[in-house]
Amino acid sequence: MSTRTAMLTARGLVKRYGHVTAINGADFDLYPGEVLAIVGDNGAGKSSLIKALTGALQPDAGTVELDGKPVRFHSPLDARNNGIETVYQTLAVAPALDITTNLFLGREIRRDGLLGKLRMLDRKAMRKEARNQLDALGIATIQDITQPVESLSGGQRQAVAVARAAMFGSKVVIMDEPTAALGVRETAHVLELIKRISNRGLPVVLISHDMPAVFEVSDRIHVHRLGRRAGVVNPQKVSMSDVVSFITGAEEIPVEALEE
Amino acid sequence: MATATTTAEGGRGDALRVMFARNPVLGPTAALLVAIVFFSLATDTFANIDNFSFIVQQSIVVGTLALGQTLVILTSGIDLANAAIAVFGTLLMTRLVTGELPGPFALILSIVACAAVATLSGLLVSRIKLPPFIVTLGMLAVMTAVTNLYSKGTTWPVPDGLLTWLGTSLYLFGRVQFTLGMVVAAVLFAATWFVLAKTGWGRHVYAVGNEPEAARLTGIHIDRTLISVYAVAGIIYGFAAWMALGRTPTADPNAYQTGNLDSITAVVIGGTSLFGGRGGVVGTVVGALIVAVLRSGLTQMGIDSNYQNLATGVLVIAAVAFDQATRRRSR
Repeated sequence: MSTRTAMLTARGLVKRYGHVTAINGADFDLYPGEVLAIVGDNGAGKSSLIKALTGALQPDAGTVELDGKPVRFHSPLDARNNGIETVYQTLAVAPALDITTNLFLGREIRRDGLLGKLRMLDRKAMRKEARNQLDALGIATIQDITQPVESLSGGQRQAVAVARAAMFGSKVVIMDEPTAALGVRETAHVLELIKRISNRGLPVVLISHDMPAVFEVSDRIHVHRLGRRAGVVNPQKVSMSDVVSFITGAEEIPVEALEE
Repeated sequence: MATATTTAEGGRGDALRVMFARNPVLGPTAALLVAIVFFSLATDTFANIDNFSFIVQQSIVVGTLALGQTLVILTSGIDLANAAIAVFGTLLMTRLVTGELPGPFALILSIVACAAVATLSGLLVSRIKLPPFIVTLGMLAVMTAVTNLYSKGTTWPVPDGLLTWLGTSLYLFGRVQFTLGMVVAAVLFAATWFVLAKTGWGRHVYAVGNEPEAARLTGIHIDRTLISVYAVAGIIYGFAAWMALGRTPTADPNAYQTGNLDSITAVVIGGTSLFGGRGGVVGTVVGALIVAVLRSGLTQMGIDSNYQNLATGVLVIAAVAFDQATRRRSR
């Protein structure tokens, strides 16, 4: 573990809103190819941490490094252009538009030559790529990629958003509560997707309240409390109820459970 | 997900609903065909090629205003000032030409002026985040006042030349009459259809109208998209002004006073959703034709024009109700 170098790190992040401190000296480390779960109570500052990492929020203090180089993202788009893709809880899909259009929204493929100069889209190439991506991720339940996203079930919509992140994320995929709105079977599908993505070598950050899901897929669990990282634990060395105690602060994290 | 179905829907009624929801032009087109068949049977004069040509000629100005309106409504906006901008355009063109400016310059300058006014609406909507209804309501009052002050309330005759050129009649097969205005309208519709359906900009217009937050998170510049939509709509209103002078060679500050509402009617009857992100220009063509066919047919049946307005009103409400019914399940 100690020989690996983290690809995305943060040290001493601080963000204050008036007298409210959303991030209070938080650290963060993500290693290549791992699934890192971030758990914490509501208001612990998980979302703020993620926002600070992805440029949605500008920290007052602290540093972020990507691949060992200091970075400062000014917007989510900025982070995205650096290979960090986020699957938002709202999914960020346009329900009336078809699956292919949603997958390529803002990153459309244009035709070659004169038609491309006319800004004409290469629909065929996009459909082919969309199909390949869904197949590669084993998303078999979506047959017709020309159907509007609103005709899909919740799990299928989630799969579309995840597929988009996996398609364009070259460094990190961040998922915010991907299983919160899903049933048991659909949750299982999404967890399967997370495993497939990390098997490709792409690290996944999973923000979740869903303990069974966290324990099923994550390699390490980052416990967030009172605006900072309380510790990182190995899911093989602790139980779900232990983690719940760490989250609430009922129990301190024992040294032998800590990673690093 | 358990079964092999690819969609969350099922059942026959739902299949129909899905078909209509995915092809919003289907309903209006069926309505147009029914209206044409009905009036052809109900009167002796309706089913006549000259009558059809006349119906199209009558609908091109409002139809073109509706084309610009379609773009704005797709972004979940509305433009109450479109006809006022076009009327301003007719006066400006006429004044410039009578002021000895060559026709092409007068035309281009006026179209640019129309685009500038509409762009101002776009700036207020996107940058200051004012509701499009309020912005364009204000613009409507401003442009109506400007036009009246500028013209001193009088109509101006338009000298023959480029400005009236779109009124030129041509005959297809030496028989079917059409005007250059119809050709220009057709080109505008085709061009707008192309950019909406086939370019990234078009996809972004739909995305911004359907789910602005999703559009923003995927990196689409919402402000730029909105401003460009209003600018393009303004150019289209400028062309509508040119077509209006082709139909009636006088610049009248009191013309097209209900052009804004008529254009909204055409867009809505054509199946474009007022909530944005659904519909398109093909529907608007059909919507504009439905209104024109209804008016022409009812006139030929000798029905009072108040009943024509009544029928149009009922149709608008029916179109919106239909729009909601087909989407209820999928929302």
